[in-house]
Amino acid sequence: MAAAALRPDAAGAALPADTAARPGHNTWMSAVVRWLFIGVSLAFLAALLIAPVATVFAMALARGLEVYLTSFADPDTLAAIRLTLVNAAVVVPLNTVFGLAAAWAIAKFEFRGKSVLITLIDLPLAISPVIAGMVFVLLFGLHGWFGAWLLEHDISVIFALPGIMLATMFVTFPYVARELIPLMQQLGNDEEEAAITLGAGGWMTFFRVTLPRIRWGLLYGLILCNARAMGEFGAVSVVSGHIRGLTNTMPLHIEILYNEYNFVGAFAVASLLTLLAGLTLVVKTLVERTGYRGR
Amino acid sequence: MSFRKPSVLPGFGLTFGFTTFFLSAIVLLPLAALVLAAASMHWSEFVAVVTSPRALGSYRLSFGASALAATINVVFGFVLAWTLVRYEFPGRKLVDALIDLPFALPTAVSGIALTTVFAQHGWIGRYLEPLGIKVAYTWLGVTLALTLISMPFAVRALQPALLEVQRDLEDAAETLGANRFYSFCRIILPTVLPSLLTGFTLAFARAVGEYGSVIFIAGNLPMKTEITPLLIVIHLEQFDYRGAAALGVVMLAMSFAVLFTINLLQAWGRRRHVRAAH
Repeated sequence: MAAAALRPDAAGAALPADTAARPGHNTWMSAVVRWLFIGVSLAFLAALLIAPVATVFAMALARGLEVYLTSFADPDTLAAIRLTLVNAAVVVPLNTVFGLAAAWAIAKFEFRGKSVLITLIDLPLAISPVIAGMVFVLLFGLHGWFGAWLLEHDISVIFALPGIMLATMFVTFPYVARELIPLMQQLGNDEEEAAITLGAGGWMTFFRVTLPRIRWGLLYGLILCNARAMGEFGAVSVVSGHIRGLTNTMPLHIEILYNEYNFVGAFAVASLLTLLAGLTLVVKTLVERTGYRGR
Repeated sequence: MSFRKPSVLPGFGLTFGFTTFFLSAIVLLPLAALVLAAASMHWSEFVAVVTSPRALGSYRLSFGASALAATINVVFGFVLAWTLVRYEFPGRKLVDALIDLPFALPTAVSGIALTTVFAQHGWIGRYLEPLGIKVAYTWLGVTLALTLISMPFAVRALQPALLEVQRDLEDAAETLGANRFYSFCRIILPTVLPSLLTGFTLAFARAVGEYGSVIFIAGNLPMKTEITPLLIVIHLEQFDYRGAAALGVVMLAMSFAVLFTINLLQAWGRRRHVRAAH
């Protein structure tokens, strides 16, 4: 389960109850250390996180709200937003179905090679996004393995939507599965076995017994998968071809606008993705509150 | 032993079949294509590509800056994790939620934002400029971007470990006359060491492969501020697929080495945990 730790888990841990009231700890020295730690932590986060996020909005609104809003009227920007949504609308459901199937097979049954399978599912998390894009260029690119065949049949994969979807699917592959596998393992098989023994069918058991119990974990995996699918840059950049209005997703469009010194336009698109990231964190925090991750 | 234990639950064939099929189609076969593309090269050609001065320069930057970023994150990640676990202060929950922001924020966004903040006239860059410190378009900027994107990995690895430090041991040490520094070195550090190393490795693994945030802040000069993933992209843009595949295999080997290390570290941590419990 090597890669099992490759994504930060939401610790969100509660303070031990006795933190404040420990004998001999209310000294002058411990107060200094305490504020030093808090100060260093906040300064580190302010420089590395708060300042960049604030810059996104400051730059987007640098020439007023009107210019900010007008920048979204650009047809290329609209096309980029549409492509990003279409891409996520295909990739996220596919990876969700995969995640559910993988979690059912792995959590409900004992079979040989299970830990190898889990490691392989986590593999994309350990691989550079550039490599994730490159493998599809090697397969479907003009000089790739199937390049000549695809050209003959007039099918474009690379520098087109299918390539973007494949690359996005590769990088977001494990997100739903790795959320559901430990959850379903922890929940056990008793209730499903009871349902089957009492005569329920497989699908009915899944929808009526399993799904209600894993819904928060599923939502959690889904939003993380979606955030990554909409924000992926490296893998998509390799396969997209950067054709304006056609194969530019929002992150790629940011790069083009930025390199053209259209900072308001670039940061306006960036502000949408930043809001999406904020929303993702809010949903994530709310889901954690439901306590399903209370390990 | 048969392949699987019998169970009353249905659907193994369907879900297992779909899982292995999808995994093979999306991940395994494409990766095999990469390895085969590199394997089709002559050995001397492969070596020439992966040991060219430009490639070596890119490894130096990629691995060096990633190691530095992981070190920074272990130090500040420890301070952050300690603050979140041990102290109560206004906004603690908000700070805890913010830790995951680099994980949710698209890398292109963090790239352009960080570049703007640390550029010559940026909010922080303007104060560093008179001191002669240039961040944007130098290796310092690369390190900074890698620090940002790999930060959650170190903090989240350390948080649960710090919760497990036995406070009564600290109290006992203090009663027996140990000062803070001594009890930190002898009690806290040994307890969190496996997590510290795991956090370092995870942050390093994430940083080595990073592309999106770095290319905006790096300047991308060959031999100076060019990371290995960018060099792969340059090979691909010149339709030099074999060269790109060769460098890709080097990075892939690095990923596997890192995965293996994490595996060992976690096994070590578990063993220590079991021993401590007895």
